[in-house]
Amino acid sequence: MQKLLDGLPKIIESAHGTGGRWTHELIESVFLPYFRSQPLQSLADQAVVPESGTGRMAISTDSFVVTPYRFPGGNIGDLAVNGTVNDLLMGGATPAYLTVAFVLMEGLRVDHLVEIVQSIANAAAASAVSIIAGDTKVVCGKAEDGLFITTTGVGFLPGGVNWGPEFIQPGDKIILSGTVADHGASVLTKRYNLAFDTVIRSDTASLLPAVMAVRDLCGIRCMRDPTRGGLATTLAELSQTSGLTLEAKELCIPIRDDVRGLCEVLGLDPLYVANEGKLIAVVAPDVASTVLSRLQATEVARDAAIIGTVTKSAPGYALLETAIGAKRVLELLSMEQLPRIC
Amino acid sequence: MPHLNDFRNPDVASHLLARIGELAREPLRVMEICGGHTHAIFRFGLQQVLPPQIEWLHGPGCPVCVTPVVKFDKAIALAHRPNTIVAAYGDLLRVPGRESTLLRERAEGGDVRVVYSSMDAVSIALQNPHKNVVFFAVGFETTAPANAFSILAAKERHLENFTMLANHVLVPPVIRALLEDSRLKIDAFLGPGHVSAVVGSQEYEFIAREYGRPVVVSGFELNDILQSILMILTQRDEGRCDVEVEYARAVRDAGNAKAKAVIADVFERQDQEWRGLGIIADSGLRIKHELSEYDAEIRFADFLRDISPPPPPKGCICAAILKGQKRPFDCPSFASSCTPERPLGACMVSSEGACAAYYSYRQQPLIQGGTYDE
Repeated sequence: MQKLLDGLPKIIESAHGTGGRWTHELIESVFLPYFRSQPLQSLADQAVVPESGTGRMAISTDSFVVTPYRFPGGNIGDLAVNGTVNDLLMGGATPAYLTVAFVLMEGLRVDHLVEIVQSIANAAAASAVSIIAGDTKVVCGKAEDGLFITTTGVGFLPGGVNWGPEFIQPGDKIILSGTVADHGASVLTKRYNLAFDTVIRSDTASLLPAVMAVRDLCGIRCMRDPTRGGLATTLAELSQTSGLTLEAKELCIPIRDDVRGLCEVLGLDPLYVANEGKLIAVVAPDVASTVLSRLQATEVARDAAIIGTVTKSAPGYALLETAIGAKRVLELLSMEQLPRIC
Repeated sequence: MPHLNDFRNPDVASHLLARIGELAREPLRVMEICGGHTHAIFRFGLQQVLPPQIEWLHGPGCPVCVTPVVKFDKAIALAHRPNTIVAAYGDLLRVPGRESTLLRERAEGGDVRVVYSSMDAVSIALQNPHKNVVFFAVGFETTAPANAFSILAAKERHLENFTMLANHVLVPPVIRALLEDSRLKIDAFLGPGHVSAVVGSQEYEFIAREYGRPVVVSGFELNDILQSILMILTQRDEGRCDVEVEYARAVRDAGNAKAKAVIADVFERQDQEWRGLGIIADSGLRIKHELSEYDAEIRFADFLRDISPPPPPKGCICAAILKGQKRPFDCPSFASSCTPERPLGACMVSSEGACAAYYSYRQQPLIQGGTYDE
């Protein structure tokens, strides 16, 4: 790492955002060594990409702000790539291109920036997307916020892939690709400097292997990645849009013991805590076991489980069956969950 | 120590429910004192599976809820005082004062920091020697020791820029006040787990001895609460009235001596105003006179002088709800003019309050009697 930093400034200053010599030096010394696509290396005002053939195009854009911007299991750079890539994947698209725009806070440590740029490059490579355009600005903000990143992704949809909540039917099975709340719990332990016996790592990951393992199957109705607002909010949204009832069983939802413990301590409901590398698939009952076993064969979805069924029992609402067989409505998250006092 | 999952084991739960069913022949009105219990009862859906004879009364179990509005107005005022940082636990930030919240003050440029421990507030004071750091400290006996410790730590470090805006309330005196009110029909108490870990279960002996009501100090997991209900029913069945501890993995008879000593070093008892309930004798803690330089209300007395308590809200029945006389659904303002986003009264202000819990789970009736198409 030290060698990579030789000759680089220690911190970001306002001059790095002026568009002049400092900006060029920053781009050439920090970004271009890692972002090697041909359109980007040419430093033109636009990226020109080859014609793609006939497929439909999917586009997604997202801005990433997180405090702290580095946490166990990843950093804001991983989130910025995986978040947008996963949004493309949830529609069934194969991600192809990504643009990345940075807003850097004055005072950001350059070694942190290099680490984040490396993470972006690695995450993009893992999902086989090319970073084809970028931008950098510097603002006077709170140094602890570090940087904000906006990514826009472009992907292509193969024929025959048509997923969406409007295709959900009663009797469909709900599959979750792994444990809930890992990302939110990881960020909180770092944000509040909580000491635990084990390190809780963010689950930030590309869902590419999971989606590619099952995309050819008929009977996939809809996929979603339960990020902000957690699993409960996603189930509530899908129920609302489909007009049906997504019913999950609490005992079937995988959750790590340390994550559950942290949520207990902070008074947070893990079903409302963010995930960054999980998906929910609603699938026809006859393909459920095939989808499940194919997901479990991938590393990113090895803990996949069938967590519930679609019914018509409370149209427009998601339900959770608790451990003792009681049922409660899962509402949309109305406000940010804040740690409690006692 | 048993694994956390054992306390959620559904087989154990059905066994406990069956035995509860056998013993619950007469109606039983149980008051839970802790907001954590209120939430757990809803989260697990206990009211759906317990026999109808068992009725829950939700007590004044949330320290944020019972903190008078004027304290929030003072915190909000301090947040826009020049050169001042207000540090507070997260759940205090969105509680409205008369006109604003700490969250809104922060959005408008006030320096408001979320802390997770009282020592975070001390660290902020160390890192910002030219600013006044006011730690807004609210809580029951659970948080009082750590909060008290922050004052001792500030004193040891000779920190002149650290003060506390304090509102600490005590559980046993408010239970006594509820029991003194002869209109309240409470048969038994589910004792608060975290508070009891500090004060010890013996602090509740008066409930059994003087007022003849069973108390079982309970943990927060599904089977903790079911086991506690069973213990209350067993006491009644055997004609006993005792203080028992279900939450033995955390609670001792005598409590935590060190925690109690720190409280005694820093705080002294005072008559205390509870939002919704009024003043209850000897039910709160104030910073001792010899430590008054750390008391924000004394240090900034001139600045805070003009902040007076607002009139009680109209159309709010929180007082009756906090005493278990009425339910949130009985209130005309519930979920209409009073919501977690814009709370009128004490029980709605924090997620641990009874009205907020009912609000979160207000769709519950929708699914009762609903069919389950497999």
